[in-house]
Amino acid sequence: MDLSYSPEYEAFRTELRGFLEANRSQAPGHGGNGLAWQKLLIGNGYAARTIPQEYGGYGGEPDILKSRIIAEEFARAQLSPGLGGQGISMLVPTLLEVGSEDQKRQFIGPTLRGEMLWCQGYSEPNAGSDLAAVATKGVLEGDHWVINGQKIWTSTAHLAHWIFCLVRTEPDAPKHEGISFLLFDMKTPGIEIRPLVDMTGAANFNEVFFTDVRVPAHQIVGRRGEGWKVANAILRHERGSLADPNVMQSRLNALIDLMKAETLDGSRVIDNPVYRDRLMTIQGRVQALRCNDLRLLSAAVNRQSAPLAGMVVKLQGTELRHELEGFAVDVLGELGLLYGDTPRLRGGGSWQRDYMYFLGLIIGGGTSQIQKNIIAERGLDMPREPKPAKA
Amino acid sequence: MEFGLSEEQVMLQDSLARFLAGTGGLERTRTFAAGKDRRAPDVLQGLAELGVTGLIIPEVHGGVGLSLLDAALAAEQLGRFVAPSPFAATAVMAPLALIRAGDAGQQATWLPKLASGAVVAGVALSEITGARDGAGVEARDGRLYGRAQFVVDYEADLYVVADRARGLHLVAADAPGLTRTDFRTIDASRPTGELVFDGVVAEPLKAGDAPAAVRAMIDAGRVMLAADTLGAAQEMLDQAVAYAKGRVQFGRAIASFQAVKHMCAEMAASLEPCRALVWYAGHALDHLPEEASVMACHAKAHLSEVGTFVARTATEVHGGMGFTDLVGLHYWFKRIGFNRQVLGGPQVVRAEAAALQGLVA
Ligand SMILES: Cc1cc2nc3c(=O)[nH]c(=O)nc-3n(C[C@H](O)[C@H](O)[C@H](O)COP(=O)(O)OP(=O)(O)OC[C@H]3O[C@@H](n4cnc5c(N)ncnc54)[C@H](O)[C@@H]3O)c2cc1C
Ligand SMILES: Cc1cc2nc3c(=O)[nH]c(=O)nc-3n(C[C@H](O)[C@H](O)[C@H](O)COP(=O)(O)OP(=O)(O)OC[C@H]3O[C@@H](n4cnc5c(N)ncnc54)[C@H](O)[C@@H]3O)c2cc1C
Repeated sequence: MDLSYSPEYEAFRTELRGFLEANRSQAPGHGGNGLAWQKLLIGNGYAARTIPQEYGGYGGEPDILKSRIIAEEFARAQLSPGLGGQGISMLVPTLLEVGSEDQKRQFIGPTLRGEMLWCQGYSEPNAGSDLAAVATKGVLEGDHWVINGQKIWTSTAHLAHWIFCLVRTEPDAPKHEGISFLLFDMKTPGIEIRPLVDMTGAANFNEVFFTDVRVPAHQIVGRRGEGWKVANAILRHERGSLADPNVMQSRLNALIDLMKAETLDGSRVIDNPVYRDRLMTIQGRVQALRCNDLRLLSAAVNRQSAPLAGMVVKLQGTELRHELEGFAVDVLGELGLLYGDTPRLRGGGSWQRDYMYFLGLIIGGGTSQIQKNIIAERGLDMPREPKPAKA
Repeated sequence: MEFGLSEEQVMLQDSLARFLAGTGGLERTRTFAAGKDRRAPDVLQGLAELGVTGLIIPEVHGGVGLSLLDAALAAEQLGRFVAPSPFAATAVMAPLALIRAGDAGQQATWLPKLASGAVVAGVALSEITGARDGAGVEARDGRLYGRAQFVVDYEADLYVVADRARGLHLVAADAPGLTRTDFRTIDASRPTGELVFDGVVAEPLKAGDAPAAVRAMIDAGRVMLAADTLGAAQEMLDQAVAYAKGRVQFGRAIASFQAVKHMCAEMAASLEPCRALVWYAGHALDHLPEEASVMACHAKAHLSEVGTFVARTATEVHGGMGFTDLVGLHYWFKRIGFNRQVLGGPQVVRAEAAALQGLVA
């Protein structure tokens, strides 16, 4: 057990701190522009670090510890770590793994630079947890796929330039072998986007309807019928990223500040032992997840395996975050109900909003119940759920 | 950067597990619980031969000179096998008292005997983590007065006693003026009781900073109890999963019912991060002094909560059988219950965690 970093990494950290200090004014939220900031970060190897230069990345060697240091230092400096979103976090890794050379050259660079925004067209009204039941149809006519059907809960579809989409192209194949992974332009004729308002009041996701949408045949990732495999390669990425314990730690620190600032009958909430006990309970659980994260990091660096430790992150992380935000609402009491443009609002309404938003993340990206199935079946080797009849 | 167990640490756990399984495991604990003997010398002897009693004692004093994390890994195995053996006090807290606050003569006299298992030391400081029934010990003119309850590793030859001012003292179990009263608790694997001091002549440990030593003893003791719970809870989960796979009702293994799968998944999901928490808290005791006390509190409180949840749920997975003495699951249930209260229940420990962070006005 050794939690120190070697001099090489300490030097890397020092250099990064210097960079962040020197360039703070160029960061978004500090006077800078998001796209220019992203370019600066890629140029210095602090974003798209391991993505080859020919595809628009920095071309660094994969180094888990450096990635970790980058994440830590940006969080510490409270500066944007560059662009995110489903294109960068999900599509780029997929293309790197299974995309064709042309696809890598065409899509990765503009996606990394923020010129090309993507949405993820997986879920359908009748294919949520049972994602492999997707029914949106794709028929090859000449050199085009003709697509008809509907997606739902498609986050950022109203902003996206392109979509990566699961489409049933082999109606006669078994359920999991009849799906293809297609990429297409959201401006293609026949696409209709209807915003869906979520419980936070925002319309971040949408319903997306396809009527005879024509997509060039070569815009398929992997082969026909391999879409399920392609999609699964990155679902794992998504699940881990929904519950970053370092973000949880900063949220916990903000909660402690809140408890010191807010009063109840003239006394600080932090001085009330009942609230304090609950705070310490949550802090203990956050610490457990942070230690678990450290274990996963170390296992990845040292090529050891800790499968169960990885499987529990999405379930534990999203549920704890929801609880943490809900407790902050309790700390505020009636003030915690304030929401939107209103007098006496605290934290811009973020506690109440995140309380609701994280309920969304308990559901999205594989529900808690699906996570428990995975833990029981793959982690504890218990019998699999009965497979439903062939779609 | 490495946050995982070394090969040596894995070997330590494996050899300890082999030994404890060889003693008969649960069956050994059952005979211990049923018998009149308050000690299991065969178990203690075996642990001494493996170096477990001298794990953190320096080699010059006949120990192995390993870390407190190694001690936590040993505690985890003891919990896993509900071993009828002293450990947290005799192998960890008492040696720490001697190392941190004893003089050279006291160290040379006692550490080798603790390492070899020739002497078992109990620790009486429960009044510092929370006094019940008005208990507490005072030191006046080299003599001790008062009462200490719930002595850790109570069945001992020697006691390390903390007085109300956090001074530390050595007292022989047969010292004149010392009265021992055995308690019976739910946990039959680790006897406890109270000591009454009526002007007992005691030998102070005053070469070092005794209050700091008391703090270190409490921190380490809490991590050991947390690790013991980790081992016990993991064992209960493993047994529940195995039982569910074998038990058939309604023509199916009950492991195929989603309600049962989800009970097991919830246990695994809450327990798995506990492993890393115990490692971290154990590592912090030796290497991260600013974090050690708070992390020890979190390990103790969080493992108590998760342990309690697993103890209940694993029992439920066993149905009516879990409630019986036949499968003996209750030995682990009670072990976890004991670890929860001793050296401070979760509410007490969380209050302390808040105070240590300056969150209490
Ligand atoms: C905030 C948010 C953002 C999202 N963004 C996107 C996006 O960008 N792109 C996209 O494609 N999708 C997105 N989704 C959709 C998301 O992936 C689905 O909502 C999710 O997979 C659950 O599917 P469902 O809503 O159809 O619920 P259902 O599958 O109908 O589930 C309903 C309930 O039944 C339970 N259940 C279902 N099957 C089982 C089973 N086998 N065992 C036990 N319990 C079961 C579930 O756990 C749940 O409690 C998003 C969802 C949310 C909430
Ligand atoms: C204190 C006590 C007193 C009792 N007294 C009597 C008595 O006087 N007379 C008498 O005849 N019996 C008595 N019983 C027996 C009692 O009725 C059974 O223990 C109980 O019905 C459970 O059955 P089981 O023990 O076989 O558990 P199992 O049926 O094997 O259940 C084991 C686990 O699997 C779960 N499980 C089983 N089937 C399903 C399913 N279909 N879906 C989801 N989960 C499932 C259970 O909930 C449980 O968690 C007593 C039991 C106890 C604990």
